[in-house]
Amino acid sequence: MQIYLPIADLPVNVFLVLGMGLAVGYISGMFGIGGGFLMTPLLIFIGISPAVAVATVSSHIAASSFTGAISYWRRRALDIALAMMLLSAGIVGTATGVWLFTELRALDQLDLMIGLSYVTLLTVVGSMMIYESVRAEMRARQGMPATLRRPGSHTWLHGLPFKLRFKRSKIYVSAIPVWAIGFIIGFVGAIMGIGGGFLLVPMLIYFLRVPTATVIGTSMVLTLITMASATVMHAATNHLVDAVLALILMVGGVIGAQFGARMGQKMRGERLRLLLGLLVFAVGCRFAYELVVKPDDLFSLRHVRTD
Amino acid sequence: MRRFALMLMLVVAAGAARPACAERLVVSLSNHRVAVTSSFVGEELVLFGTVEPDPATAPLHPPYDLVVTVAGPRQTLRTRRKQRILGIWVNVDAREFVGVPSYLAVLSNRPVNEIAKEDTLRRLQVGLDNFLLPQRIGSDLGDTVRDDPFRRAFVRLQNQQGLYRESGTAVTFLTPTVFRAAIPMPAAVPTGSYGIEVELFAGGMLVARTNTALEVIKTGFEQYVADAARDYGLLYGAATAMMALLIGWFASLVFARD
Repeated sequence: MQIYLPIADLPVNVFLVLGMGLAVGYISGMFGIGGGFLMTPLLIFIGISPAVAVATVSSHIAASSFTGAISYWRRRALDIALAMMLLSAGIVGTATGVWLFTELRALDQLDLMIGLSYVTLLTVVGSMMIYESVRAEMRARQGMPATLRRPGSHTWLHGLPFKLRFKRSKIYVSAIPVWAIGFIIGFVGAIMGIGGGFLLVPMLIYFLRVPTATVIGTSMVLTLITMASATVMHAATNHLVDAVLALILMVGGVIGAQFGARMGQKMRGERLRLLLGLLVFAVGCRFAYELVVKPDDLFSLRHVRTD
Repeated sequence: MRRFALMLMLVVAAGAARPACAERLVVSLSNHRVAVTSSFVGEELVLFGTVEPDPATAPLHPPYDLVVTVAGPRQTLRTRRKQRILGIWVNVDAREFVGVPSYLAVLSNRPVNEIAKEDTLRRLQVGLDNFLLPQRIGSDLGDTVRDDPFRRAFVRLQNQQGLYRESGTAVTFLTPTVFRAAIPMPAAVPTGSYGIEVELFAGGMLVARTNTALEVIKTGFEQYVADAARDYGLLYGAATAMMALLIGWFASLVFARD
């Protein structure tokens, strides 16, 4: 069944898009991430322009992270104070990202920027995750205990001023790295059409030493708010959010996420991280391939305005 | 339905443009309005017409050739060219095509280059190769030579989208003076008003011409969404974000029991 997308200006098969929503939702539920880094490339692949894909996916991620956030809220497994702190910088990051997005589009370099960001971020994060989970797996095989969070360990990040105490996460850290992380997540989210969950979770664990009990819930609250505001900003500045496409994706996404979450609970943490790492790395390589291999057509068109 | 519309349709007639003309074109379009709805997958419009003598007693001189040029609403597009820089492919230069048709179909009963001489076609701007596609060159606007790489790429890319096309078989003469032209409207057809130029040739010379128009409109929900996104961006974005929250909340209600 074909349906015409009013903003993307092309007809798509409803079941294909719904299926993509389900599949990405399944993966996102399984790993506790938004899945934007998978959804955006998939939409581009079926012919939706990168700009519309990035802008629309942000609303889809808002929906799936809201579902997630509610369930973590019920279990009281999120740190609202930390989320709000990250958020104050996240909004600035998102606004900067949306502004840069508009500028790059005018310079015909938006697609390149999206491609380069994907390659760098995904291959680096993916290989780090693979390395880390393989090491944990090996250690488990040898019967050694997994590295636990050492309560007293401090890095130079803990020596910075403006210290704040986050009660629910039981951490006492400087506001500077918190703001920096918030800004980065908001910024890459707006440029790449990703919620940044797969980046935020490791950053919170490694840099701020947020305990695993609150990290995913907190990350989901942040994702929810940055993506909801990215939706509004993209709609207001670039007019590229396709509500019909978003609706189909959301419905598929939230259903898929429920089944994915059940599957995810059955798997071991290291195994799950290894799989996610491989997936992230593979998507990164796919983008690298596209940048390096000679394109079928050296020319491309961009609509400037309707006269 | 289409036949019914055809019967009701006003016949568009054009008077003789030049006194020397002995022919007059009478054409009628099967539908002057194409409605793009959520289930729109493209359609085909039919233009019917006859060649009438003018004045009524004048003799006709078949065989005739007919070229129908359909041009969609004007828009400005950039054609960009990639080049390899430091191992990756980057858009390095671009040309802006200003006020060019978003849809362009040149339909004829045989290939246009068999209908008339090259310079005649060029002068009349008949055929995809001869249609004026102005580029921004510095602060000026001008069309370049037809084998300019950007122009060629532009036409080729539009052709791949089904938006630009040239067909030497889309017009059929049912009798030596009655013709029928099939105008393809692809699914991605832009909305707006379309001009249809009908030109009659005999012995390589233009003998009569007329024009008509059609309109492609988004209707119902599609129009509403597209208008809202363009005119009330902020409100539209807020509504989309609210929709996301509602769906997320609803899903958590439905799946909460486990």
